Amino acid sequence: MTPKEHKPSPPKKAISLLRWFCRRDLLEDVEGDLHECFDFHVKSKGAGTAKWLFILDVLLLFRPGIIRYFNIFPSLNSNSMLKTHLKISWRNLLKNKNHSLINIGGLASGMAVAMSIGLWIQDELSFNKGHENYDHIARVMQHFILPKPGGSTKWVPVPVGSELEQSFGNDFKYVVTSSHTEDHIISKDNLSFSANGNYMQPDAPEMLTLKMLKGTRTGLGELNAVMLSESLAKKLFGEENPLHKIVKIDLKHEVKVTGIYEDLPKNSEFNDVSFIATWALYVSLNKWLQDSSDSWEYSSIQTFVQLLPHAKMDIVSDKIKNLIHDRREAHKNLRIETSLHPMSKWHLYGDFEDGKNTGGQIQFVWLFGIIGVFVLLLACINFMNLSTASAESRKKEVGIRKAIGSFRSQLIHQFFSESLLVAMVAFVIAFNILIFTLPWFNEVAGKQMDIPLSSPWFWISCIGFTLLTGTIAGSYPALYLSSFQTVKALKGTFRSGKFAAVPRQILIVLQFTVSVTLIVGTIIVYRQIQHTKDRPVGYSRDGLIYLKVNTGDVHKHFEVIRNKLIASGAIREMTESNGSVANYAYGVGGLEWRGKDPDFLDNFHISEISPEYGKTVGWEIVDGRDFSREIISDQKGLVINESAAKMMGLENPVGEIVKWAGKDWTILGVVNNLIVESPYQPILPAAYRLLDWPGNIVSLKISPSQSIRDALEKIEAVFKEYAPGVPFDYKFADEQYARKFNHEVRIGKLASVFAVLAILISCLGLLGLAAFMAKKRTKEIGIRKVVGASVFKLWKLMSKEFVSLVFVSCLIALPIAFFTMKSWLQNYEYRTGVSWWIFVAAGAGALVITLLTVSYQAIKAATASPVDSLRSE
Amino acid sequence: MKRAHLGEFEETVLLTVAILFGNAYGFNIKHEIEKRNQRKVSIGAMRTTLSRLEKKGFLVSELGEATKVRGGKRKRYFKVTPFGKKVLEEVMENRQQLWNAIPGAAFNF
Repeated sequence: MTPKEHKPSPPKKAISLLRWFCRRDLLEDVEGDLHECFDFHVKSKGAGTAKWLFILDVLLLFRPGIIRYFNIFPSLNSNSMLKTHLKISWRNLLKNKNHSLINIGGLASGMAVAMSIGLWIQDELSFNKGHENYDHIARVMQHFILPKPGGSTKWVPVPVGSELEQSFGNDFKYVVTSSHTEDHIISKDNLSFSANGNYMQPDAPEMLTLKMLKGTRTGLGELNAVMLSESLAKKLFGEENPLHKIVKIDLKHEVKVTGIYEDLPKNSEFNDVSFIATWALYVSLNKWLQDSSDSWEYSSIQTFVQLLPHAKMDIVSDKIKNLIHDRREAHKNLRIETSLHPMSKWHLYGDFEDGKNTGGQIQFVWLFGIIGVFVLLLACINFMNLSTASAESRKKEVGIRKAIGSFRSQLIHQFFSESLLVAMVAFVIAFNILIFTLPWFNEVAGKQMDIPLSSPWFWISCIGFTLLTGTIAGSYPALYLSSFQTVKALKGTFRSGKFAAVPRQILIVLQFTVSVTLIVGTIIVYRQIQHTKDRPVGYSRDGLIYLKVNTGDVHKHFEVIRNKLIASGAIREMTESNGSVANYAYGVGGLEWRGKDPDFLDNFHISEISPEYGKTVGWEIVDGRDFSREIISDQKGLVINESAAKMMGLENPVGEIVKWAGKDWTILGVVNNLIVESPYQPILPAAYRLLDWPGNIVSLKISPSQSIRDALEKIEAVFKEYAPGVPFDYKFADEQYARKFNHEVRIGKLASVFAVLAILISCLGLLGLAAFMAKKRTKEIGIRKVVGASVFKLWKLMSKEFVSLVFVSCLIALPIAFFTMKSWLQNYEYRTGVSWWIFVAAGAGALVITLLTVSYQAIKAATASPVDSLRSE
Repeated sequence: MKRAHLGEFEETVLLTVAILFGNAYGFNIKHEIEKRNQRKVSIGAMRTTLSRLEKKGFLVSELGEATKVRGGKRKRYFKVTPFGKKVLEEVMENRQQLWNAIPGAAFNF
């Protein structure tokens, strides 16, 4: 046997490269020529060189004229293919109206939810971005690390600003000291309005990059200058030019308008600042400020800074860490840290713990973002489930298409164009839903969002979003349906195997897991709100109103007004105070009493009141007595609440002496705990003392025998008489109290809407699936009926699968919900428990809803006459 | 009459196809040109030229029978068309006219 001569062959890689790029009509003879050339070279130059020459030749063939036409753009033919795809999709939609309705309806509501959440998130993320120096602006924060529990505040001591300029000046472009945003009366001639405003240093307009409509940003140079927002200027001056006109603040201080700025947008921290007066004026008006201008003990003002471009926020923040602590004289055992809170984090990262920025609103951005994605996912799952379920009825179509020469890729195209068509129709509907529900959504979310119709980004993201949804929703059906084998699909022997339904079942379980988790979450949020609302407030809110009085008029005529109103029967009692039932006036520490542990760091919240306060708000004296106007020495008395008594650790606090600010104060009485600040927090230790100067709040208890309207009219008349400049801008205590729940109520509302939508979409999907199942099993049910199955048995047969799936989802969802909600509740000191019945209720609810949904189809199928289903064929 | 343009390399290829009458296929043409003209010709350059000439109508081609060599690929045989011949003649005549027009003194070195 002669050994077969080993024949070298040209490199395979080069050949396949050639085959890939070469024109089809040239390929054969070119490849042959190359082969022959190769053999020739093998003989003349050897196999190795021949190989290299072969590769070189192939590469030299890569030139125009040889390279084939690559179909980069779809040719006319595939355009018409697309047209037929769309036509057939449209016909399919019309053919199965119920199916399409469920599909499109579910997808549209999912998209509408996702879009509104998208708008909401966009709005949240855009906070304060309107300020040009957004990246460089920060607020100085003060963190009380020790004693525990500490806390963080934006109020800082008065000298912080000047100290920052002196010691750290080369990091800052601007340092602006500012008052709180306070309610003041702004008036011109006999027009007066209550308006929020700040007293700020002259660099403020430049730092905040106010858009000046009139005047310049340098307008706050003079002591008596003021800048007004556009809307306030309109209210005061109408069409008149307000520049250089005089307005009065709190009816006393004449200031000159030096600028009008465009109202700050709703998503700016300074949105409610409708006037800016000068810091110098604020200092000259407030004696306490002059007194504390060098004091590092009292925190009463805000300080804003703008960094120079080269300065890094966190480095500078670290530098000033001990700014306040090192300069304090008293209470060195307190640990206080100072930091910069960048403007970009004001809104979304407002929470601090131990001086570290821990988050805040951002968790809701995440929460709602996730919910949005989930709701959309639910809708997509519906689409997938319904399409795969309907695969049975479309398998013949697929078979025939394949038999007459359709490629798998064409089938995939077909199903994708179907799902994209559905997605587009759904998008149009979702867009309309969004337009109609946006006002309502704005109200619930407390926002002013618009659909940014003119923004190309909006449209790009909408289109991208629709394509993405269509692709996700269509991916499973497209890939699954197109994989049918032609012969099997046509012969009818194609059986979706035992596990064909598994992906579908997993999707249903996923849907209901999300829905049940959302339901449990909603119930717990609502229970927490209710639980806190039911908390005893410790005073009577019925008919209690209060209003701000910044002028001294009411104080001057207090006795007269009070007597007149009581005599007229309009009110029961009236009081003036600093601090209200909603807020304390201020907090102090460093009080001393008998038996106090020297290391103990105390913390009292103070309100200054007139002696009628207790009777007005209706508190309850637990021990000792209330203040009295008759007893002069009560000026040096204190009434404390139970929480303060507990903190002081005194068994019999009444009669004890407390040293505070170098004076001795006698505890006159103990009152019950009043919820003043946050209803979710433990009751703060509080002490009440008598006013020694005019209070800024007047509270009135309307007599229960009077109708509120009559009473208000009488009160207004008397106030107009004695304090004509004070706008009669009263607030109801119960409404103000309810406002403390706004945030939670808002979240509860949104969460419940989403939960309802989630369960609705899931049920829509179930309904569609059940309908398909019923259709598929028509014959089976018919035969079963003929042999004697009862309607109940058939119903059980049909519902069993779905019910067990939902049951599994409950088992998965409940632990998830339990742990998430448990950790959410940890945010609240005063919280409800997570009781087992909520889970049972949510689970049972989901099961009942499932049963109702499925039963409709099951009973319809079970009660249909078997004659109809068996007659054909 | 507008004359079809024929490049230098195209002319060489066209002539070689005529020389190899009956046996003019890719590798042979390449080999022949390389032998006669002492220049390297890449398959790519030759093949594009052949296609171009065919497109212009100077050549026609047909596939032959499959053989065991050449990896079982068929050969494509080229043949000069009458139009091709006419163009070649035109080129030659044109050259001749140019030669004839040269005055005797020009090449008297």
